[in-house]
Order: sequence, then structure tokens, then C-alpha cells
Amino acid sequence: MTSVALMLSCVAALLATVVLAAFIARSRLATPAIYSLSLGISAIAFSTGLVQLSSPAADSPALVLPFGLPWLGAHFRLDPLAAFFLVVVNLGGAFASLYGLGYGRHEHAPHRVLPFFPAFLVGMNLVILSDDAFTFLLSWEFMSLASWALVMAHHRDAGNRRAGYIYIVMASFGTLALLLAFGLLAGPDGAYGFAAMRAAQHTPFTTGLVFVLLMLGAGSKAGLVPLHVWLPLAHPAAPSHVSALMSGVMTKVAVYGVIRVLFDLVGTPAWWSSLVVLLIGGGTAVLGILHALMERDLKRMLAYSTIENIGVVFVGLGLALAFKDAGMELAAALAMTAALFQVLNHSFFKSLLFFGAGAVLTQTGERDLEKLGGLIHRMPVTAFAFLVACVAISALPPFNGFASEWLVFQAILQSPDLPQWALTILVPAVGGLLALSAAVAAACFVRAFGIAFLGQPITEASAGASEADRFSLAAMAILAALCLLAGILPGIVIDALSPVTKLLVGGRMPVQTDVPWLSIVPVAESRSSYNGLLVFLFIGFSAWLSATVIHRFASRALRRAPVWDCGFPGIDATMQYTAGSFAQPARRVFGTLVFRARERVDMPPPGALIPARFELEFHDLVWEGLCLPVAGAVGFVAEKLNHLQFLTIRRYLSLVFLALVLLLLVLALWS
Amino acid sequence: MVLIHHLLVQIVQMALVVALAPLLTGFVRKVKARLLRRRGASVLQPYRDLTRLLRKEAVVAENASWLFRVAPYLIFAATWVAAAVIPTFATGLIFSWTVDLIAIIGLLGSARFFLALAGMDVGTSFGGIGASREMLIATLAEPAMLLIIFSLALIAGSTQLSTIAAFMTYPQVGLRVSLAVALIAIIMVAIAENARIPIDNPATHLELTMVHEAMVLEYSGRHLAMIELAAMLKLLLYLSMIVCIFVPWNLKGPDAGYAAYFTGFASYLVKLIVGGAMLALFETATAKMRVFRVPQFLGAALMLGLLATLLRFVSRSF
Amino acid sequence: MQGPVYFDIAHMLAGGLVLVSMMMLYQDRLYALLNVFALHSLLLTLSVAWQAFIQGAPHLYVTAAIALIFKVVVIPVALHHMIRKLGIHREIETVVGIGATMLAGIGLVALSIVVMLRVTPEADPLTREDLAFALSVLLLGLLIMVTRRNAVSQVVGFMSLENGLVLAAAGAKGMPLVVEISVAFSILIAFIVIGVFLFRIRERFDTVDVRALDDVRGRRRK
Repeated sequence: MTSVALMLSCVAALLATVVLAAFIARSRLATPAIYSLSLGISAIAFSTGLVQLSSPAADSPALVLPFGLPWLGAHFRLDPLAAFFLVVVNLGGAFASLYGLGYGRHEHAPHRVLPFFPAFLVGMNLVILSDDAFTFLLSWEFMSLASWALVMAHHRDAGNRRAGYIYIVMASFGTLALLLAFGLLAGPDGAYGFAAMRAAQHTPFTTGLVFVLLMLGAGSKAGLVPLHVWLPLAHPAAPSHVSALMSGVMTKVAVYGVIRVLFDLVGTPAWWSSLVVLLIGGGTAVLGILHALMERDLKRMLAYSTIENIGVVFVGLGLALAFKDAGMELAAALAMTAALFQVLNHSFFKSLLFFGAGAVLTQTGERDLEKLGGLIHRMPVTAFAFLVACVAISALPPFNGFASEWLVFQAILQSPDLPQWALTILVPAVGGLLALSAAVAAACFVRAFGIAFLGQPITEASAGASEADRFSLAAMAILAALCLLAGILPGIVIDALSPVTKLLVGGRMPVQTDVPWLSIVPVAESRSSYNGLLVFLFIGFSAWLSATVIHRFASRALRRAPVWDCGFPGIDATMQYTAGSFAQPARRVFGTLVFRARERVDMPPPGALIPARFELEFHDLVWEGLCLPVAGAVGFVAEKLNHLQFLTIRRYLSLVFLALVLLLLVLALWS
Repeated sequence: MVLIHHLLVQIVQMALVVALAPLLTGFVRKVKARLLRRRGASVLQPYRDLTRLLRKEAVVAENASWLFRVAPYLIFAATWVAAAVIPTFATGLIFSWTVDLIAIIGLLGSARFFLALAGMDVGTSFGGIGASREMLIATLAEPAMLLIIFSLALIAGSTQLSTIAAFMTYPQVGLRVSLAVALIAIIMVAIAENARIPIDNPATHLELTMVHEAMVLEYSGRHLAMIELAAMLKLLLYLSMIVCIFVPWNLKGPDAGYAAYFTGFASYLVKLIVGGAMLALFETATAKMRVFRVPQFLGAALMLGLLATLLRFVSRSF
Repeated sequence: MQGPVYFDIAHMLAGGLVLVSMMMLYQDRLYALLNVFALHSLLLTLSVAWQAFIQGAPHLYVTAAIALIFKVVVIPVALHHMIRKLGIHREIETVVGIGATMLAGIGLVALSIVVMLRVTPEADPLTREDLAFALSVLLLGLLIMVTRRNAVSQVVGFMSLENGLVLAAAGAKGMPLVVEISVAFSILIAFIVIGVFLFRIRERFDTVDVRALDDVRGRRRK
């Protein structure tokens, strides 16, 4: 059995799980049964993808099944790119299932989650496996609908219903754009197979149009600014393990779509498209993380941070595009590797963060940062895993987020050899945007961890929390270990990615596992090198050494005493710094420009009995400047078209007649 | 044998930075005192402070978590590892390729991350205000630093400090506007990162102006000693980094003899003395800023970093 | 005389001028702005004098001297005097924030570098870069004028713009002395006119904020 057949059997097994779930959803055994099945199948699919990615003879096995368009059939293929993304998807799926084994027990409406969870996995797997436009779009829509059903799982909450509505509108819009893009690629003959698209010659105009449509379609799914508005609403609305899948994995499927079309199907896009990708990526990164820093809902904050990471990935892709266009294969491979590495890393730490947020949510019933606090004492393991993910996502060594960010920076430093002036000047500036987003991410996650897990519990709920269940803890612990492993042994990941970059940009990075001491050396040792393993060991050793020496020779006495706080008496939990106050300086610095944030303090004169008031005005400019006008315009047009519903039969017939004549005219003039 | 020699140089470097860091702080304090016509404490006073702190018992707040007790060692370790690979008297240290300039900034970022968390652990408002402001400063200082690194790396073709230092000694480098701009920007960043005047006052305990001190308010004994030492180490690190990049003279290669190392060390000391004296002079002549002026200061550093990457285009290339 | 060191020093001085222009964008006090402007003019003097030295063009020394006398000494001192006499509010009011202004300034520098390096690929490198820097200084001066509400800082922006012109003239070899002097005098006359104008605004509106003028125009239109 070829690997693609094995993969499809896994998909079929997941589909069977969907059917099973639909039947037994209300039984008590349903939750463990469905999640165990998903876990097992995802694990098999993950190993298949890994084997396919690492096998030296990656000969892209293909398979045609007699579904779909009658003259076309459903094509499936497993090349290194698909194999890599299948690894990401199924690893995320396996961890979400493992987490779901424990988390699902707290679910009060399991029949609204269980059937759709495996269906969601099916959709994502099929998107990646498909090798023709019809199957791709069908799977894409399937994935969107399954995830929409999961977003609507808790539909009694008005906020969730609104999120679901905006999500379905944006998803339909995205699919429409993709449909048009593939239609352009297929040409008038309807060559919907990917192989035919690859072979065809596309005019620069088509390529440009496909690029724009792709950025609209797949970019909206990935959460690129300004099409991101649905993401921070929809991702947190779903149950937490599904949030992890949507944020950590589904956005990656969208990235896959962009890579597949932009690097594989259209040939070489014009150089300005790389500029667009770079600028949108940099802007997305900064705007996403600034939103995250202001957000006080824990899960929504994580969703905004997803937008940031997608921005980083797109900066990597934009660089790869620019270098590929300039014929700099090595640099293109470096940038592509950085982007893919970031994809993998983000799926690790974002899943972990959502799992942690889910554990906090089930234990305290709270997502609001202001109502949490002191959880490190009640949930030590969750806190530790969450801390690891926070450090990793803030791009700090020796964890994995730093390794991929470092590679992006190294790719940026290759930019002087680019032929276009605009790119050589703008690429370092985009690098500055990335550095800014990484630094803001650190502030954002210090805030998240510090407010939620450190300090003193503010509410009863957070004071009475207890540790999460075994399955959740296992999922979080393994992911935390993976974050560390990918950070200290990045060379292995880079080498594993080499077949993908070879396929996409025609080059690969130098072999990293041969470098002594397991360092990574992207270009040459005199240029740059980084060794996460030694950094980890050195930090560990130095900390251990200093602690031991001090404890042995100086002092090990320790006394517990009341809080000092500059001698200020009567400290209580409500006097702590809150999430809002933590973000206030950043809001003043960045917010006035980006969000038009305004603060107003009304301090009554001494002796007056009216309360002091603090008002904060805050605008989401994308929402107000783009989405509301568009929605208003659509509403206006719909209102006008509404009149068409109340015509006489004769008028309807004349409309049909006119349309027919018009189409015939077009046909007559066209050819 | 060669390996042992290289290892020995590396170990000397690691010991050297820890040993010199308090001296540099003591020296800067002494010069500042003399400039104010005070006599000032001895330059050895920081050593005395540290040993006294180390011997005392540590008083820890009742609701402090394990993070509070682990953080000082992690902060110190991360700063130490970063400082250990900066070429002070010798380039091409055996572990210098472990971390390049970007990773050094990353390591300092890790240290800051844990420092801010430690400040928030006990749950006091001072800890929170310090952490919040520290992270705000970092959000501007870090990108500024990375842009400076970009401009250096785009000129020198490397992010490796040893290579950059070697490159800067070439006569073809000459005087470049982008390097001058980068130097100004890096000094601004260094002042902010080390909580010096005009960003923060290392000598105060005034709640409304302090950033660094507010975070470590709850610390005492050996924990405080580790954090103080890490702060001193960071000052030494930045000063060494600046002199290594912009005044890279008399740095010895990896295979030099002991006599050469000695002259390298002597010139390093001279550079530190000059740098420390200039810092003291600058601090004495400046007044501290309001906290909300700080973003403007750092924003200017960020812009200068960007300007440095731009101006590289108008310098002569070879 | 063409050697790497000569080149480097000219390059540093011209680049320093751009840097000081950026510093002017950053200032938010009038006195500080004037001091920085004096520094700007001093750098210009040095730069022009250095050009005179390496080009062996003695008439450029005259230009340098004019710059030194008028722009480093006379105009800043006069403006100081004027501010004191008018008792103008010392904080500079900006139209947009300083950060955004500086970002725009960086964009202008990038623009001028790209434009100059693209249109003069075969020129002498020294001239090319001088022109790029001069264009940046000019654009930054315009930016100062556009983003400041206070009339005095607009004057300073105008003067720094003129410094950019002189830099360009000194870099392009063979600018006749007559042109230089006439430029210098026209600037002086402009300065006097603006000075008178300032006093008049002040008398009328009790402020030198140029928004007051808009109000007048608005009233008329109504």
C-alpha cells in the first residue's frame, strides 16, 4: 500500500469515526471512544507523513479516485510539501485528541462537538492531500464548515453566535476568492488538475490576479491583516482543544494553500508580489501582537498572537519569493526553511497555550485575565508548561521560537544581494517590524503569565482551582518537551525540511547535522551560527553552579515573611497590578497611533463626593474602517435588490430573457 | 593541547567578566561621586555589598512561588552566558560561535523575561509597575538593537562578534555615517537597557521613577546579590560590546601567546576605564526623564537604527 | 585631492547634517531647536569648508564664512532674542506625534537615497552621496515646516532647508560665487520679512501659532 493510500485510509477511518460519533454522541462512553480513535488515527497519519518526508526516495505517490468531477476524478498526491503539512496537522490533531480525552469530560454538550471534531481533521487532511482544484476546494469548504460547527458548539452564548456568523461570512468570501483563483489558473479549458496547472504557462496578468485572489482567499483564512477580524472572535469561541486546532493547525493549512499556489502552481510570480507579502506579513505581525497586548480575554489574546505568528511566517514566505525570483536558491531555501520551521513551532506552542488556557477555563470558569491570579500555586504543572510555551512564543533562546525567528533574521541579512532597490531598502525595515513584534510578544506573554499565574488570586474561582486532569497534563507536558527539543536541536528539523525547500525553491540549506556540536550554520560559520543545545546546557550549568556554590559556601538560610512592598502595610489581592494597568504604558505609546486610544480621567476635587472616573476609548480601525463600510454597502445593495423579490411573473420572465440575451451578446463579442 | 589552551582562554574570560563587573560599577559610582565633589565609596564597595548580601539569609514573601527563587539564578546564568562570549581581550573564543549577536540579545531578553515575571510573582503593585515599564522599554530597545545589528551585519557580512570585530580593523572600513549613527543608537540603547540616567536612576528608591529597582523590591540576601551581579554584568557586557565593535584595537586572536593576551587585557582595561568615565560624565550632566518621555528617546534610537541600515547604501562599497 | 580619508570626512560631515536634521525633528523645545539649528549650520560650514579644501575652490570658503556668520551666529541669536521678547510658549506644538514625524523623516531619507543613487549612476561617488544627503536635508526641512504649528520652528525648518541647498551647491563643483551670495542674501531678506511678519502675527493674535491665521481666513470665507 502506498503512503497516499495509507493516508486516505486514515481519512476514511476518521470519516467512519464521524459516523460513529453521530450515533453514540449521547452515550457516556462516546467522549473517550471518539477521542481515542482520533488519537490513534492521527498518530498513524502523523507517522506516515513523517516517513514520507524523511524517506530519501520521495517520489510523490499519487492516486486517482473516481469521485468528484466525472471527467477528472479526485486526485490525491503526497509530495514533500504535503507530507510536511500532514505532519503538522496530524501532530496537532493527535495532541488535541489526547487533550480532549480529559478536557472533553467537562464538555456539557458533547454531541455538539464529538461528530465535528474528526470531521474537522478529515477536512484539513484532505485539503493537503488533494491534487486537483475541485477536491481542494471541496475539502477546504468541508474544513470551514466543520470548524464553523465547532465554533457554534456553545451557540447559546450570543457572542459565539456573532463569531460564528462573521466566521461563516469570511470563510465563504475566502472560498469564493480561491474558486476564482483556481478558475483563472485552470484557464478556459478547465484543466483543474494541479499537474496541468503546473505545466501551463500563465500570463503575468493572470499570475498577478491569482496572487491577489489567493491573498484574499487563503490570507483571510490564515488571518492576515486586514482580513483577520473573524479570527480573534471565532478561535476562542470553540472548545479549547478545537481552538488549539484552529489556531495551531488550520491557519497552517491556509499557509499551505498559499505555498502550494504561489511556489508550485503559478510558476514565478512578479517580484512585486514578494514586496506585498513582506509588507502585509510585517504589518500583520505588529498589529496582531499589539492587539494581543491590549486584550484581556486570555483565549482571544492567544488568537491575536496567532495573527502575529502568521505574519512572521508570511515574512519568511515573502523573502523566499523574493530570493527565488532573484535566483538566489540558497537564500530562498533559508527563508523558506525559516517560514516552515515557524509553522511547526507555532503549532507546538500555540496548541500548548490553548491547552493551558483550556485547563484554566475548566478549573476556574474564567477567561478574563483580570479575574485570574496565583494559579502557579494551584496548578503547578499547567503553569510550568504554560511558562515554557510563553518563553518559546516570545522568541527567547534556547526555545524553538527563537530558532525559527533567528533563521528569519538570517534570511533578512541576505537581502543586500537582491536586485530591486525597493526590496533591499524595505527588507531590513520589515526586519525591524519583526523585531518589534517579537519584543511586544515578550511583553504580552509576561503579562499573560504574570497576571494569570503569578501574584495572588483575585476571585474565589481562581483561589479554589485545582490541577488539570492527567490527559491534559500529558498533552501539555509532551508539547513543552517538543518546544524545548525543537529549540535545542534545530539542525534536525532544518535537515528534515530540505526536501520541501528543494521542491519549492530548487535549493536547500547546507546539511546541519554534520556540523560539529550540533550547531546550525545557515550559510557559513564566519557569517553566523547558533547552538541551542550548548546555550541550554550553559545556562543550566551556570545556574546550577552559582546556586550550588552559594548554597555551599555562602548561605542557604531562608525565611518566609509577609510581603515587604516598601513597608506598605495591609496589602491585599485587589491592589495588584492588573492586566489593563500592565498594558497601559504600551497603550499610550503604540495605542494612540494604532488604535486611536484615548484616556480620560475625571478626578473630582478634594472633598467632592462624586466618584473619580476613568474612561478609555479604543478603536479597531480595521473593523471600523473596512469591515463596517463593506458590510454597510452589502446591506445597502441587498436592500435594493430586495425589490426584485416582489415582481410580477412577466417582469421575472423579462429579466430571464434579458440575461439570456446579454450572455449571448457577450459570447458573440468575445470570440 | 590547543583545545586545552582555547578552553583555558574561555574559562579565563568567564571568570574575568564576573570578576570585573562589580569593579566597573564601583568605578562609575566613584567617578560620579568625584564629579559631584563628593568623596564617594571605594571602588571595591560593590564587592563588599555583594559578599554581605550573599552571607545574609534570604527573606522570601509568604506567597512567593518557586519561580521567585529560581529566577535570580536563571537571570544571572543567561546574562553570564551572554557576557562570556563577547570578545573582551581575545576574539575567536572557543564557544563564541554558540551565540551570535542576535542570540546575545535573545539571551538578555530571556533574562529580562524572568526578571519581569519575578517582579510580578509576589503580587505587589510596585513589582507590577516595574515589570510593565521594563517590558515597555524592552519593546522599543530590542528592535532598536536588532536594527543596529542589521546595519552592522549588512556592512560586515556577519552577525558573529569576532568576525565583526576583525572586519572593523580593516583600513577599508574607514569612517562611515551609518556606523556613526549606529554608534549613537547603540549607546542610547545601552543606557536604556542598563537602567541608567536619563531612563532610570540606578541609585534611587523613589517609587515613581524607578523601573529596575521596583521589580527587585521583594528580593533580599543571596537572591538580590545574584540579580545585582547580573545587572553589573549587563553593564559590563554592553560596554564590552560597544568597545569590541567600535574600538576593536588590540584584540588578540585565538592562538596568541600569554604576553599578547596580557597586552590585550591591559588595553581592554583602558577601554573600560575610558568608557566608564564617559558614562559617569554623561550621567552627571543629564537629568532623568519622565517615564513617558522614555518611549520618545528609545523611538529615536529605533529611528537611528533604521537610518543606519539606510545610510549603508551611500557608503563606499568594496 | 582625492583620497579615502578626504572622502570619508566629507561623507561624515554630510551624513552628520542629515543626522542633525533628524535631531531637529526630535526636539520639542524652541531653545533646544535653535541650538540644534546652530549645530546644523556649523556642520554645514565645516562641510562646505572641507569641500573648498578638497576641491581647491577658494570661493567656497566665502560661502562657508557666510554660513558661519549668519546661520551659526546671527540668526540663532536673533531668534533667541525674538523668542524672549515675544515670550513665546517654549513647547513646540506638532501636528502629528514626534514618532510618526521621525518615521516619515526616515522614509524621506530612504526616498532621496534611492532617487539620487538611481538617477546618477555614473557621477562621481562623492557628488552622488552629497546630493543624496542634500536632498534628504532639504526634504527634512520641508517636513519640519509642514509638521510644526509654531511660526518660529517653521522659520528654522526653512533655514535648514536652505542649508540643504547650500550643501548641494557645494557638492556640485563649479557653482559660481555670485549665485551663492545671492542665495545667502535672499535667505537673509526672507528671514527679515518673516521676523517682521512674526511680530505682526504676535501683535494681532497674541500667539505665533499659525492656526490663528487659518481662523482669520475661515472667518473671512464665512
